[in-house]
Amino acid sequence: MVDWQSFTPISLIGGLVIGAAASMLLLGIGRIAGVSGITASVVRIKNVEAWQVLFLLGLIVSPLIYQLIAPLPTIEVTSSVPLLIIAGLLVGIGTQLGSGCTSGHGICGLARFSKRSLVAVLTFMATGIITVTLFQQVFGLI
Amino acid sequence: MSKNGLLKNNISKRNFLKNSIGLISGLLFGVGLILSQMVNPQKVLGFLNVFGAWDISLALVMGGALMVSVVGVYIAKHNPKNLIGEPIVLPNKTIIDKPLIFGAALFGIGWGIAGICPAPAIVLLGIGQWQALVFVVAMVIGIIAYQQLIKPKLS
Repeated sequence: MVDWQSFTPISLIGGLVIGAAASMLLLGIGRIAGVSGITASVVRIKNVEAWQVLFLLGLIVSPLIYQLIAPLPTIEVTSSVPLLIIAGLLVGIGTQLGSGCTSGHGICGLARFSKRSLVAVLTFMATGIITVTLFQQVFGLI
Repeated sequence: MSKNGLLKNNISKRNFLKNSIGLISGLLFGVGLILSQMVNPQKVLGFLNVFGAWDISLALVMGGALMVSVVGVYIAKHNPKNLIGEPIVLPNKTIIDKPLIFGAALFGIGWGIAGICPAPAIVLLGIGQWQALVFVVAMVIGIIAYQQLIKPKLS
């Protein structure tokens, strides 16, 4: 059932801004705004480029910029530490193996009509939905 | 200025522009994530909770992002050189293989457990969420584990 109480139409505007940011990177310096890839490059250090470090820095500093205009929205992280660790490991390994995440495949890949990205997005959406269904509906966890 | 000096000057101007665009894109991306509320794991989990109380907001985020990025990609395809005069680097793999599917599947599971993916995780670090630090450290370990242990076995 659609939860209209939680629905936030402003999310659309946020989406437009995200799309603009990705387009800026693509048209400006010709690179994909795939955050898992950029993070991996920074972690590996070997061939990292300055713009990648600065992009991540931009993400980290963005809350400060945001708060100049408006207060931060409510943020609820309810996962326990063990689950956060498992989730982090899976995201780290999965995005590397699968060559992307929601920004790389979901926003940039789909915009390019990439079949690989379509398969990736459908796959991670499916396992994401199954996971949440199991945790919330079946186990009553999270 | 000597020819060499002119060349160095051009390169440093280009690098400055490149780095500035990188920083501003990151800032804008983060602002978009906050505005869309995707930094709140509850919104993501709510979207994935299709069979429960289904929060469809994330669909609007993706839809909105795609509306703009499709235009961006279109412009990019008709302008092979970017603003700083360098060629546009797009992924060129087209084959749908097991690593793609398995990797995406694993990522989806992790995403469904905590409702956090790489970009929001880093923004949450900036907000000072200690849980994000746990997640990011684990994610980095996962990345390193893949690079050191799994990737060598695949090639």
